[in-house]
Amino acid sequence: MKKIWEFFKGTLVLVSKGSKAYYTWMFSLLVLMAIGAATYAHQLSNGLIVTAMRDQVSWGFYISNFTFLVGVAAAAVLLVIPAYVYKWKPIKEIAVLGEMLAVSAMVMCLLFVTVDIGRPDRFWHLFPKIGLLNFPQSLLAWDVVVLNTYLVLNLVIAVYICYKHYNREEPNPNFFNPMILFSIPAAVSIHTVTAFLYNGLAARPFWNASILAPRFLASAFCSGPAFMIMLFQVIRKYTRIEIKNEAIFKVAELIAYSMFINLFLLGAEVFKEFYSNTIHVAPMQYLFFGLKGHSNLVPYIWTAMIFNVTAFLLFLIPQTRENFVTLNIGCVLIFIGVYIEKGMGLVVPGLVPDVLGEIYEYAPTGTELLLSLGIWATGLFVYTLLLRVAIPILTHEFYVGDDGLKPVIVDTEFIRRSGTLAPSHKD
Amino acid sequence: MPKSESRESHAFRMSRRKMMKGVAAVMGALALPEKDASAVVWESFFQKHFRELKPEEMQKVLARLEKEYSGQFRKAVKVRATPPREGVLYGYGLDLSRCIGCRRCVYACVGENNQSRNPQIHYIRVLQLEKERGVDLEEAEHYYNPKTVPEKGHFYMPVQCHQCESPPCTKVCPVQATWKERDGIVVVDYNWCIGCRYCMAACPYGARHFNWKKPGLPEGEMNPETHYLGNRPRPIGVVEKCTYCIQRVRNTPGRYTACVEICPVGARKFGNLLDPESEIRYVIENKRVFILKEDLNTRPKFYYFYAT
Repeated sequence: MKKIWEFFKGTLVLVSKGSKAYYTWMFSLLVLMAIGAATYAHQLSNGLIVTAMRDQVSWGFYISNFTFLVGVAAAAVLLVIPAYVYKWKPIKEIAVLGEMLAVSAMVMCLLFVTVDIGRPDRFWHLFPKIGLLNFPQSLLAWDVVVLNTYLVLNLVIAVYICYKHYNREEPNPNFFNPMILFSIPAAVSIHTVTAFLYNGLAARPFWNASILAPRFLASAFCSGPAFMIMLFQVIRKYTRIEIKNEAIFKVAELIAYSMFINLFLLGAEVFKEFYSNTIHVAPMQYLFFGLKGHSNLVPYIWTAMIFNVTAFLLFLIPQTRENFVTLNIGCVLIFIGVYIEKGMGLVVPGLVPDVLGEIYEYAPTGTELLLSLGIWATGLFVYTLLLRVAIPILTHEFYVGDDGLKPVIVDTEFIRRSGTLAPSHKD
Repeated sequence: MPKSESRESHAFRMSRRKMMKGVAAVMGALALPEKDASAVVWESFFQKHFRELKPEEMQKVLARLEKEYSGQFRKAVKVRATPPREGVLYGYGLDLSRCIGCRRCVYACVGENNQSRNPQIHYIRVLQLEKERGVDLEEAEHYYNPKTVPEKGHFYMPVQCHQCESPPCTKVCPVQATWKERDGIVVVDYNWCIGCRYCMAACPYGARHFNWKKPGLPEGEMNPETHYLGNRPRPIGVVEKCTYCIQRVRNTPGRYTACVEICPVGARKFGNLLDPESEIRYVIENKRVFILKEDLNTRPKFYYFYAT
């Protein structure tokens, strides 16, 4: 117990030390978080009227962000599969980074749901036994269960691996292999359940298409790994963790295949709606071409389409995939493209036109944007804190001393070009 | 679906209460500077789900609400929790050949059910449709505003909660804050709803409305005859809906809903579907009746018909 306490104290010392870049980054995030918190206070005291949501479009920017981030969380862990299949070095590092990203994305998801609900003070109604969780009837109840399970699962795995390393012990494979294997279907399940949440509503034809869940998974496999590719480059540049080019290029190749599936499924959906041309085509018409002079979403979805197709081509052609300039352009394009397509492009057209044919054009207010920015900052803050502890552990710069109690901290220069770091203390 | 009583043992209730008290102490200390107000706030914060309240707890809750509303609106407010009557299943008929689109029902409903005036919440939405196109919702005009109605070449279709037999809205609620009563009325416990609005996404008739801000209900216009599951004043951040004027129809003697009462052309019919002699049964058996969005299998108890 004392050992764990010492470890915890060590992590506190660790997060308070770092380079100038680290402090600047964290301080900027804190400022954004403070702005977000102030905005939330404003929303709490005035009600959700300060958003652009109304009865016609009852879910908006918050739930869009939530949906997108569930995908990021799922995909970060799904990267573990190719890491195992292709025996990438360093598998363990990739797994830990992915799981911590999943944890941070989950934190953001839960925050986005919290700021969206009208009575956050009644959150305890969702707890089984204490409240009245409508399980298994409500898909939202399912989502509460799987998202929290997933959060805990990833936290446990990541903390376990790190703590073992810190103690200079090998993680017990009988414990963590099954956990990691379980986290894979869990990742699939959070995304499937979230898709079903929309999918199950017969009142909303845009969502009530069986292709929705597969599309969710395919697009998640694009956005999550695109973020990881950029992250891998940053991490290997500014810390001692080495990630081979080969692994990065392979991830990019996998993104290309997923994006192909995503575009194919989307094409199947577009064909069915426009060719059969029933009244159910209206939401898609609204999204892609505008409906009766209402076309707020049209520029966004075409931006997403162009970004996604461009990124697909960049990742498909080996020359552009293995050139870091075009690779990173592709990653940015895909992240934004999927953010639009799986966010606002999915949630809003489901509600426009509404069930009685009314068209209410939704565009987020400043409150929604600032509050969302605050939540993104919180997610990045959490992720940076987690990495701040995990990376020195993985690079043997934070470990338990020879007395088996006091931690040894070597790394005090978090976020500094790896070439200029002090000599390694690797034993 | 009624919850089984055995879901929670007595012992569990005790531990839950203890835990909640602890949480209450912390929350109260943080949030509530005024000592007097805090007791009421705690009670409402930790109030159980409507269907889990024991009779004596129910009385306490109703008394607390009456006191709260009476103070707030400066008149004696009655909050009842009249249970469903036996052998009754409510059904509604709307004669499209008669409706002239005057929207008197819309405002009678607002007055009776204590909806927010600012922002406006309407349980009834009257759609103006073209006779040539028939019931084509995509072409419906929601905000028609001519000097006089009806307008030539148009007919009018009021839409409100259809009190479905298999309601998609109650199924999706993550906390069981909304359910179908034995007499077929779909209700919301405003003290249990968390405001996630999933039910609004699920409803195919646009019948559910959210309190985006604190409801603006002027004292003078407040109807003091209320029902817990119906027209009592709503808090901010919860969903509400038409309850077939539960505070009227469940009374003895029962009264018609406000919309039926006000309709100047008699386009609205209401009654007991289980009573073979009722007017609504006559309409269903003898007129050309249809229900909205039949393909969704929600089985509404709201029947449109053409009497002439």
